[in-house]
Amino acid sequence: MLEIKNLHARIAEDGTEIIRGLNLTVRDGEVAAIMGPNGSGKSTLSYILAGREDYEVTEGDILYNGESILELDPSERAAKGIFLAFQYPIEIPGVATMQFLKVAMNEQRKARGEDELTTPDFMRRVKEAAAELQISPEMLRRPLNVGFSGGEKKRSEILQMALLEPRLCVLDETDSGLDIDALKIVADGVNALRSPDRSVVVITHYQRLLDYIVPDTVHVLYKGQIIKSGDKTLAHDLEANGYADIIEAAA
Amino acid sequence: MPAVQETIDQVRQIDVDQYKYGFETTVEMEKAPKGLSEDIIRFISAKKNEPDWMLEWRLGAYRRWLTLEEPAWARVNYPKIDFNDLYYYAAPKNQSGPMSIDDVDPEIIKTYEKLGIPLREQEILAGVQKSKVAVDAVFDSVSVVTTFKEELKKAGVIFMSISEAIREHPDLVKKYLGTVVPTTDNFYATLNSAVFTDGSFVFVPKGVRCPMELSTYFRINERDTGQFERTLIIAEEGAYVSYLEGCTAPQRDENQLHAAVVELVALDDAEIKYSTVQNWYPGDKDGKGGIYNFVTKRGDCRGKNSKISWTQVETGSAITWKYPSCILRGDNSRGEFYSIAVSNGHQQVDSGTKMIHLGKNTSSRIISKGIAAGVSQNTYRGQVSTHRKAENARNFTQCDSLLIGDRCGAHTVPYIEAKNSTSHFEHEATTSKISEDQLFYCLQRGIPEEAAIALIVNGFVKEVIQELPMEFAVEAQKLISISLEGSVG
Ligand SMILES: Nc1ncnc2c1ncn2[C@@H]1O[C@H](COP(=O)(O)OP(=O)(O)OP(=O)(O)O)[C@@H](O)[C@H]1O
Ligand SMILES: [Mg+2]
Repeated sequence: MLEIKNLHARIAEDGTEIIRGLNLTVRDGEVAAIMGPNGSGKSTLSYILAGREDYEVTEGDILYNGESILELDPSERAAKGIFLAFQYPIEIPGVATMQFLKVAMNEQRKARGEDELTTPDFMRRVKEAAAELQISPEMLRRPLNVGFSGGEKKRSEILQMALLEPRLCVLDETDSGLDIDALKIVADGVNALRSPDRSVVVITHYQRLLDYIVPDTVHVLYKGQIIKSGDKTLAHDLEANGYADIIEAAA
Repeated sequence: MPAVQETIDQVRQIDVDQYKYGFETTVEMEKAPKGLSEDIIRFISAKKNEPDWMLEWRLGAYRRWLTLEEPAWARVNYPKIDFNDLYYYAAPKNQSGPMSIDDVDPEIIKTYEKLGIPLREQEILAGVQKSKVAVDAVFDSVSVVTTFKEELKKAGVIFMSISEAIREHPDLVKKYLGTVVPTTDNFYATLNSAVFTDGSFVFVPKGVRCPMELSTYFRINERDTGQFERTLIIAEEGAYVSYLEGCTAPQRDENQLHAAVVELVALDDAEIKYSTVQNWYPGDKDGKGGIYNFVTKRGDCRGKNSKISWTQVETGSAITWKYPSCILRGDNSRGEFYSIAVSNGHQQVDSGTKMIHLGKNTSSRIISKGIAAGVSQNTYRGQVSTHRKAENARNFTQCDSLLIGDRCGAHTVPYIEAKNSTSHFEHEATTSKISEDQLFYCLQRGIPEEAAIALIVNGFVKEVIQELPMEFAVEAQKLISISLEGSVG
C-alpha cells in the first residue's frame, strides 16, 4: 500500500529539514501506529503524504500502490484514496457540513470518471454513516466545523472518512480531545472500515486508543526518522517506560 | 488516466477572459449623431414622442450638467471620458419603442434567448421556471418587448417602458419622476436626466401585491454608445413588488458608459424589494475594455411602516460606482442593503449604500460582502446618518471582505453621523483571506482548487444570496464562481 523510502523533506519557506531519511512500509490491510514525542514530525509526515505544498521533498520517494505520488497535487491524491483526518480540523464558515460532503464525494467521483451520486443515494449514505457515529442531522446542517466542540470535529473527520471510502487512512491524533464514550464511537467507526484492501496509519500519543484500534505494527518517530518498529507490545513498553531508552539506544 | 487529463484541460481553459455573454448582435441600428448638445436631446425626445414638459425637464438638466464637475472622490482610476465622443441614442431600425413580439427583429429575440431570457410568453410558461417572471427587455436605448403586460394590468399593476409611461401615464410620471433623485443630484444623475433613453416604469396601486416577479434585462450592444437607463418604481399604500434587473454587454476593447438612475417610492405600509445581478462586460485580463458603470439608485420610504430593500450581486463592469440608498422618511420605515461585490482581473469597485434616517423608529441593515481577486480594488463606501428628529433610529452594518491572492485590495470607508442621542448604531467589519489551511483542507478532500475557492466564497456570501428571489439565487451563485475563475495560480 505505502512505501516511504529514505524520505527527506524541509519547510519550503525557510529550508528547515523536518523529515530526515524516513523509511516506512505499510502493507495492504495493515494498521500501523506512529508514536513519538511532540515536535518529532508526525503531523508533518501526514501533510507530506497528503501533498501539502508548504513542504519540499528533497530526497527519497513515496510509493502508493507501487507508484510515486510526489508529482500529484493534494486533490489528485485524495481522489486516489489517500485520506487525512486532521489533528486540527479547519472551519469553513457558511458551508453546511452536508453540502461540503456532497461536493467532496462528487468531486472525487468526477476525478475517477464516475457518475455523480443522486440526491437520495447521497442522503441515504450520509444518514447511515452519521447514525453510526452518533452525529445528529442538526450538526450536518451547521457550517463545517464552525463552533463544533473538539469531539464533534473529530467525529466529523471520521464521518468524512467513512463516506469517502479511502484506501489509505491517516489519522492524526484523532483521539485527542475525545471523552471516553466518544473515543469508543470513533474507534468503532475506524474498526468498521478495516478491510484487507484498506490500510490505516494511526498517529497517537496514547495506548488508550490502541486498546480499541489494535495495531499490527508500531513505529517510533523521532527527529524525522523511524527509530524503532515493533508489534503492539512496543506501544505498551512506551506507555510504561517513555521514549528515553529507545532514543538513547538509537543514538 | 483520462480523468486527470480532463482536469488539466479544464484548468487550462480557465481564464479571466471567460465572459460568457460577450457576443455581438448584428441588427441595423438607427443612431443619433455623435456628441451631446441641446439638439441631441431634442432628437431623443422627438424619437420618443415626448410631451413638451419632458423635453423642458431634460433641457433644464442638461444646462445644469454643463456647470458640474465629474466627481473624483471614489477610489477608482480611469482616463477622462470625452462626453462628446459618444452616441446617446441607438435603437434597432424601425423600433423606437416596444412592440408586439411578432414584429421584433428575430435577431434581437435570439440575443435574449442566448442570454437565457425567453421573451415569448408561451415559452416562459413552458419553461422550467416554476414561477412567472415578467420581463422588460431594453436593447441599447430602447425597450423592445415587455412581457405579461396584460396579465399585470388585470391586477392593476402598470409595468412598461418609461418612454411609454411618459406618453400613457404622464400624470404619474410627472408626480414622481425626479422626486427621489432630483435632476440636480450629481454629475451622472444630472447627465442621465438630460439624455435618458429607456428603462422600466412600475406602478403598484394601493393594497395590491404584485402577482409575479418583475424584471428588466439591459443589454448594451452598439459600439461607442452610452446607455442611460431610467427606472421608476412606485408602490402605493400597502402594495408589494419584487423587481430584478440584469445586465450584460459584448466583449470590446473600448470602454463603454452606463449611467443609470433608479428611483423607488414606497408609500405607507408598502414594500419594494429591488435586486440586481450586474454582469456587464468587465474587460479582459489586461484591463482592456469593459463597462464604466456609474449609477445612482435611491429609494424613498416616504410612508410610515414602509420598507425598501436593495440586494445586489455585482460581478461585472470595469468600474462600478454605485450606492443604492434609502431615505427613511416615514416613521417606522426600514431600509436594507445586501451586497456581494466581486472583483477580479483589473476591475475596480467602489460601492456601498447610504441610509438616511429622518423618521422616528426607523431602522436599517447593511450586509456587504466584498470579494477581491487578481489585481482588482474593491471598496465599500457607506454612510449612515440620523436626523435630529429621527428618534430611536437603529442601524446594523456588517462589512466583510475576502481577499484571494495578494495583489488585490479591499477597503472599507464608513461614514457615520448621528445628530441625536437616541440612535443606535452597530458596525462590524472584517477582512480575511482564503487561508492556506482552508484551501488545503478542501484539496485533501478531493475538491480541486477552483471548486474549493467557489465553495469557500459561496459560504462567505451565503447570507446575501439568501436575500435574492429563489429563481435567481442559483444563477447568482454560478455567476460568482465564473467571475472568480482564473483567480488563483
Ligand atoms: N510550516 C512550518 N513552519 C515552521 N515550523 C514547522 C512547520 N511545520 C512543522 N514545523 C516544525 O517541525 C517540527 C515537527 O512538527 P510536527 O507538527 O510534525 O510535530 P508532531 O510530531 O506532529 O508533534 P505533536 O505531537 O506535538 O503533534 C516542529 O518543531 C514544528 O514546529
Ligand atoms: Mg502533530
